[in-house]
Amino acid sequence: MKSLAELAAAREKYKPTIAMRHDNANAAKIVVGMGTCGIAAGARPVYMKFVELVNEKQLSDVIVVMSGCAGKCPLEPIVEVALPGTEKVTYVRVTPEMAEKIVEGHIIGGKPVAEYAEATAK
Amino acid sequence: MDYVRSQVLVCGGTGCTSSGSEKIITALHEELEAVGLEKEVQVVRTGCFGLCALGPIMIVYPEGAFYSMVKPEDMKEIVDEHLLKGRVVTRLLYQETVNDDGTIKNLNHTNFYGKQHRVALRNCGVIDPENINEYFATGGYEALGRVVTTMTADEVIDIMLKSGLRGRGGAGFPTGMKWKFAKASENDVKYVCCNADEGDPGAFMDRSVLEGDPNVVLEAMAIAGYAIGAHQGYIYVRAEYPIAIHRLEIALKQARESGVIGKNIFGSGFDFDIELRLGSGAFVCGEETALMTSIEGHRGEPRPRPPFPAVKGLFAKPTILNNVETLANIPQIILKGADWFASMGTEKSKGTKVFALVGKITNTGLVEIPMGTTLREIVEDIGGGVPHGKHFKAAQTGGPSGGCIPASLIDTPIDYDNLIRIGAMMGSGGLIVMDEDTCMVDIAKFFLEFTVDESCGKCTPCRIGTRRLLEMLTKVTEGKATMEDLDKMEELCLQIKANSLCALGQTAPNPVLSTLRYFRDEYIAHVVDKTYPAGVCKKLLSYSIIADKCKGCTACARVCPVGAIAGAVKTAHVIDTAKCIKCGACMEKCKFGAIVKK
Repeated sequence: MKSLAELAAAREKYKPTIAMRHDNANAAKIVVGMGTCGIAAGARPVYMKFVELVNEKQLSDVIVVMSGCAGKCPLEPIVEVALPGTEKVTYVRVTPEMAEKIVEGHIIGGKPVAEYAEATAK
Repeated sequence: MDYVRSQVLVCGGTGCTSSGSEKIITALHEELEAVGLEKEVQVVRTGCFGLCALGPIMIVYPEGAFYSMVKPEDMKEIVDEHLLKGRVVTRLLYQETVNDDGTIKNLNHTNFYGKQHRVALRNCGVIDPENINEYFATGGYEALGRVVTTMTADEVIDIMLKSGLRGRGGAGFPTGMKWKFAKASENDVKYVCCNADEGDPGAFMDRSVLEGDPNVVLEAMAIAGYAIGAHQGYIYVRAEYPIAIHRLEIALKQARESGVIGKNIFGSGFDFDIELRLGSGAFVCGEETALMTSIEGHRGEPRPRPPFPAVKGLFAKPTILNNVETLANIPQIILKGADWFASMGTEKSKGTKVFALVGKITNTGLVEIPMGTTLREIVEDIGGGVPHGKHFKAAQTGGPSGGCIPASLIDTPIDYDNLIRIGAMMGSGGLIVMDEDTCMVDIAKFFLEFTVDESCGKCTPCRIGTRRLLEMLTKVTEGKATMEDLDKMEELCLQIKANSLCALGQTAPNPVLSTLRYFRDEYIAHVVDKTYPAGVCKKLLSYSIIADKCKGCTACARVCPVGAIAGAVKTAHVIDTAKCIKCGACMEKCKFGAIVKK
């Protein structure tokens, strides 16, 4: 370390490695259904896409977690998105491409992507 | 690129390592590989989480699922269910974190963690202590960087003085004052020493900091070096702490490679290097002058002060010696300011204190609380109370140099001055909880036996005085003492305190004095009535068989190691008290509750 700037660069570089290790109660949550039905319908690539997007876009206070089967197996992969202090929105038959739009529109933009939501999707 | 989607933090402190966390880590790696998750799920070995009673402990992030008392064979279920399918394995969770509806409660809302405030332990159980990059990520070495590039030595000392930080090793001397004296001593060569010779029975605060966050100690030592004008530091650590030593060595190597320790730190022209010195576990070497004598390569014996180490210390050069926990506070004080630190705690005791909570307590472990927290909050709320429905009798703080706090003073706010006032002392932070089954005379004897063993023998009051005191105490536990002996004991205690060379002897009588002060009735019971309220002192005990309850099953006679029990089958048995060695084996064996001790 030859300067404070170099130290700051190291700090920023390694911050993501410990970013998830705290109380995540107030984080935005992306919950991907990963029961056997979900995994069979392709939830794993969807899940990994969300993880990738959160890392690439360096979104802080957004966590990606899994849940079990919600009992609506034909609609899998099911993804629930909940911003702090708002009702959760359930997206159905999510694909990695849709994941990108959900992150852009809902997580970053703050507006649910209505066309993918369970309430309005066909 | 592969991204880590989940991190599993497994405690690698000494407590959890001895309850098998290494095997947990191995099993976890195997199971993750079996289902192909080894790239998305990262396993991190951290330092102590604090809740040692429930080890081995692991936390799965981002959910924050806190699994306790896990076994290697549980790893398959956790990997298959939780990490693969997202179903948290509720039965293995720390039950305090499970809400009634089965959801996970935040750790900070549990009794154990809720009242704690972690400053010195902030990275313990959070980062991988063997990876300096994780320390950088938490803002590590920022304080050192700022100090050497933007501050003068006087400014650093000024912050330390204003913060009100006092030494966490026991005596509570203001840290800034120590630094100021050392800076004022003119000399080309000065030294910074870290006292990691934690020797109190039942204490493991410093070990946990070294194991969980070794870099914070290195950073703080370099800051101290800059403040007083030293370029060399020594960490004196017990050889009995192999994990701490291993991690310190790794941290030191990585710090040198990163250039945060060594020549020209942050391009400021300031040089500072650190070496480890291993102690062989002599208790007296925790005393500052004995510690320095030991680093110099001599037998660890104290020497008279003055001259104080700040004037003439290690190798006869000006030296400061700070305890591990004291150092662990320093980078945070530099970054957040003296006012932030001084806003915590009581008027004369600022900040937080780490305690090793042990003895008759549900949540055995490591806790950090703001100064001024009452003993009741520590024992009942954080500690979860005394187990098995027993009652709290006393707490012992300060180890062999400290004293007992009786139940009547349980609402005392804990800080340096309050503890001294009631005849105990802060000490390094061992907190031993005792229930109604603890004999206070026996406790005093235990600590005194320890100091008799550990007295270095250099000065007479300590070497001979503690031995005579132990002999008198032994007479008490054997029922052979007189009331005169109690007075003589008290007199001798005061003599030892007044005349010993170093803190070991000066504080050695404290356990006796404080139990005499608060539990004199127990001493009197031993002396006058020849009874033993808690039923611990063996010489005073006798076992007997209640003839009416005895079925003559012979179980006791068979288990007695000295053949002291006689009697025919199906008739009441009798114990020969002359032969009996009071081991209690018969009482444990008897199914009919026919054997009693009194």
